[in-house]
Amino acid sequence: MLGVILALLIVPLTASLAAALLPGSAKVGPVVTGTSGVASFGLVLVLVPAAAHHDLDYLSYLRVDALSAIFLLATGFLYAVVGIYSIGYIRHHGHGDRYARRFYAGFNLFAWAMLAAPMMSSLALVWIAVEITTVVSALLVAIEDTDGAAEAAWKYVLIASAGLSLGLLATVFAYFAGAQVLGEHYNLAIQPLIAAGPRLPATPVRLAFLLALLGYGTKVGLFPVHTWLPDAHSEAPTPVSALLSGSLLAVSLYAILRYYQFTAAALGSGFPRDALLAFGVASLLLAALYLFGQRDIKRLLAYSSIEHMGILAIGVSFGAPVALAGVMLHVLSHAAAKGNAFMGAGVFTVKYGTKQISNMRGVLDLLPWSGPLFLLAIFALSAMPPSGIFRSEFQIVAGGLDSGNYAAAAVLVVLVTVAFFGLTTASTRVLFTRAPRSLSAAAVGPSDRGEPSAWMVIPAVAGVAALFLLGLHPPAELTALISRAVTELGAAR
Amino acid sequence: MDPVQAPGVYQGVANVIAAVMLLLEFGLLRQALARDQVRLYMAQSALISVLAIVIAADRNLPDLYALAALSAALKVVAVPLVMRRLLGRTDPDEGEEAPGVAGSQTLSPASAVLAGIVLAAFGFFCFGALGIHGSAAPVLALALAGAMMLVAFLLMIVRRDVASQAIGFFTLENSVSLAALVVAAGLPLILETAFLFDLLVAVVVFGMLIRTHHARAESLSTADLTRLRG
Repeated sequence: MLGVILALLIVPLTASLAAALLPGSAKVGPVVTGTSGVASFGLVLVLVPAAAHHDLDYLSYLRVDALSAIFLLATGFLYAVVGIYSIGYIRHHGHGDRYARRFYAGFNLFAWAMLAAPMMSSLALVWIAVEITTVVSALLVAIEDTDGAAEAAWKYVLIASAGLSLGLLATVFAYFAGAQVLGEHYNLAIQPLIAAGPRLPATPVRLAFLLALLGYGTKVGLFPVHTWLPDAHSEAPTPVSALLSGSLLAVSLYAILRYYQFTAAALGSGFPRDALLAFGVASLLLAALYLFGQRDIKRLLAYSSIEHMGILAIGVSFGAPVALAGVMLHVLSHAAAKGNAFMGAGVFTVKYGTKQISNMRGVLDLLPWSGPLFLLAIFALSAMPPSGIFRSEFQIVAGGLDSGNYAAAAVLVVLVTVAFFGLTTASTRVLFTRAPRSLSAAAVGPSDRGEPSAWMVIPAVAGVAALFLLGLHPPAELTALISRAVTELGAAR
Repeated sequence: MDPVQAPGVYQGVANVIAAVMLLLEFGLLRQALARDQVRLYMAQSALISVLAIVIAADRNLPDLYALAALSAALKVVAVPLVMRRLLGRTDPDEGEEAPGVAGSQTLSPASAVLAGIVLAAFGFFCFGALGIHGSAAPVLALALAGAMMLVAFLLMIVRRDVASQAIGFFTLENSVSLAALVVAAGLPLILETAFLFDLLVAVVVFGMLIRTHHARAESLSTADLTRLRG
């Protein structure tokens, strides 16, 4: 399996270099990006059965276990579908060769950093990979070269980097805690830290967890350090927004889960669970309220991402095995659903030439594929059956009741319902309201019926298929992987 | 009752260096000109390298000599060079301050320093009260690093220009480096080098975004970055 892991590190990096350096980037970029995305997803699929049964440890700095495989799967899937989608998107976006070269080089590098983070065995390397995702994605946010993009990119890089400085401090305290037990030459590997468990000194561990929660939480989009997120998601090119939302936030959560593991091993799970619950409920509350009255379709989806990250934090805080299984499934389902929603929103923005919800009307009439696919994605994000998110949220709530967190489970159900109203009100307005004559004459009329590009539809069909698969009948290997990941998360307690 | 013991040479030097770094942070908070901020940042970064050498000598950690050299090359030479070139490029008339930096304070210097003192005291006592100390960690230096961190955050908050905000972030990174040196001096060199490389990448990206901002706004001021709300 070492070959597969190394290939997973090399393929996207090579694609990025090829897109940046080879002549004819407008032709080379789409080919290498699509190929690299699909190949990377294939490589992740090869890893899954192995990771479902044993840990894969190589070269002292590479490690894939079930928990990391879940996040690899989410990122690998999105990289493949969004990579293909971006072929159509960039073609219709039409900013010339230089733009295409920068976009494809950055896009592949961004995916590479997100795939690398879960494969690192050392907390220090996880931090470095997450920091690389920040700097690369900040440049991708700025690539549009508009006033809004420049503002969003600056806020993003400043806030996320400051947050990650706290993440670095968390890494330092984690090292200090580990070095007390494992000696000075300890390399911040995660497993020895978990194994050292109760022998670790309490204060540095507690401090490391809180700093990690706040630091990496900045990138997860947890309240009150979420402020960069709606700006960056709305101003980035849509394929980047999809990766930011479905994958980057999850990868940052992965880092927090690693801290959760050894903190729970050292101090018991009560303290980290309480902290996660507080951040989770606050984020969910904020997002549920802000989903009302959004005027920009991508900002709407960005707040929905904050909502789902809140749900994940609350799910982990419940601690019951069924809730943790729900969290793992939610990471995968959210990646597929949010990827689809952003891809749909990207088609709308190409079609209507605006991100403003008030200027998009009658989508179902004009876009025979993207309209219904977007509707399915919104239903999935609202946890309608039979999508994977229905199953995962059901498990999380069941886990909350199971672990005796009745009040938190009730709050979760209420806030998710509020968010559902916010999300569906805006979306149905876009989908079902007929365009007024004045608007259709000015912008897009009934004669414009049709999809901009098949490249932008096929990936969304794959996303819906994945959502149904996760909701109706998750494959046996995936169930085994989730069970093992739950054991890894829960075993630390 | 135990007699009060004077700190050893290493501990004394570490504490003095940390205290001077904190004072320089206050200098940054007060300083109105971006070029002088870069100079203060250079001095602060040089002190980090000196501290690394002191620790390397005291605790016989040869790796830290390499780290000190790398850190100096990056933070004392490369980062200030990049920042100066950037400020020079954004400055139409050589010798004049880049537009948008001077007068970017949201608080008067006196109020900013007062707020800084309050935050520094808070950080100092909080980190001091944690009682984190190992063979390598003088509690005082760690507490000073905590104080410096909060002042760096304040610097980023009270300035409305991209140059000062970026320098605020770089000094925040310096304060984390200080904490890392006193708490985690034994961290393997390969990881320390990776952190530094990462900082280099971050500096380049900050630089590119500062240029983008300047090209669009024709100023380094962030006062107009108010389009995206809600």
